[in-house]
Amino acid sequence: MPLKQKIFALVISICFILFVIELVRRKKVEEEYTWLWILTGCIIMFLVIDFDFLLWLTHFIGAVAPTSTLFFGGIFFLLLLNIQFSIKISSLSRQLRILAQENALLKGEIEELKIK
Amino acid sequence: MRVLVVIPCYNEEKNIISVIKDIKTYAPEADIVVVDDASTDKTVIVAKNEGAKVLKLPFNLGPGGALQTGFKYAISKNYDFIVRIDGDGQHDPRYIKNLLLPVIKGEVDMTIGSRFLGETRYKIPVFRKIGMSIFAWITSKILKQKITDTTSGFRAFNKKIACFFVNSYYPSDYPDADVLINLHLTGFRIKEIPVTMYGGNKTIHSGIMPLYYIFKMCLSILATLLRRI
Repeated sequence: MPLKQKIFALVISICFILFVIELVRRKKVEEEYTWLWILTGCIIMFLVIDFDFLLWLTHFIGAVAPTSTLFFGGIFFLLLLNIQFSIKISSLSRQLRILAQENALLKGEIEELKIK
Repeated sequence: MRVLVVIPCYNEEKNIISVIKDIKTYAPEADIVVVDDASTDKTVIVAKNEGAKVLKLPFNLGPGGALQTGFKYAISKNYDFIVRIDGDGQHDPRYIKNLLLPVIKGEVDMTIGSRFLGETRYKIPVFRKIGMSIFAWITSKILKQKITDTTSGFRAFNKKIACFFVNSYYPSDYPDADVLINLHLTGFRIKEIPVTMYGGNKTIHSGIMPLYYIFKMCLSILATLLRRI
């Protein structure tokens, strides 16, 4: 891997990890949602530092070029991210429904108390 | 002087009776509130039958969310001091007065019951002990005082800290070393008191949760420190 490319990829992955940490620092993102991002940043850094591993992985999965492996990894990462969000959205939808129902029931009880 | 004991609970129907009974024995002047974190067993019924006030959450918020609910209740009812104790019987209520005394006297804002200064009546797994030691070391370095037990949920604190927990960031899952560091950097005084602890049944100990805990705690401590720069 050309040195320029290595440095560029390293800088991008470090900036990415720092950006995620900054989001946590600013309380924009909870820690529980950052593990996948930070893990991905670390994996990119590792693949840049140990290019031979990327070549081995490319051969292992039956790809021809290392860029194919990277694209596959990128698509797989986006898939995992979407699954994580789907799970969270489903949980939030359930909780919202429960809150709305409890809200309606409490309002009903308040109305009854007012009448009494 | 009004004291509230906050007990966050999740499926503790087997343990909560003895916890409430012991609190009534060793701290009869304190009120008790059980914050039920959407238990699927009879925790709520059992706690109510023992005479505790019960706040039933509509769904599981995790330990941090349940505790914060208890703190909000304490503030709304004007309690002066709060004791936090787990519902699984791990914490011995006979130490409640020891924990409260320095806080009531105004010597510190919060006391932590440390099993490492006192007695641990159960075997802590080696890897967990190593992890606890590392976070205790980090916390001690930042607080510039020896802290031995950052994961202890057995704590007593005053109303100022309760307001801080309610108005600022409070973790939804494991409020441990990061919270202590945040309190110290805000100017609150903390002290450890020796206590005896027994084996609990925390979910943090099972599966891949220990790995997640290490990741989350490291990131949270880093973010807490960066916020102060």
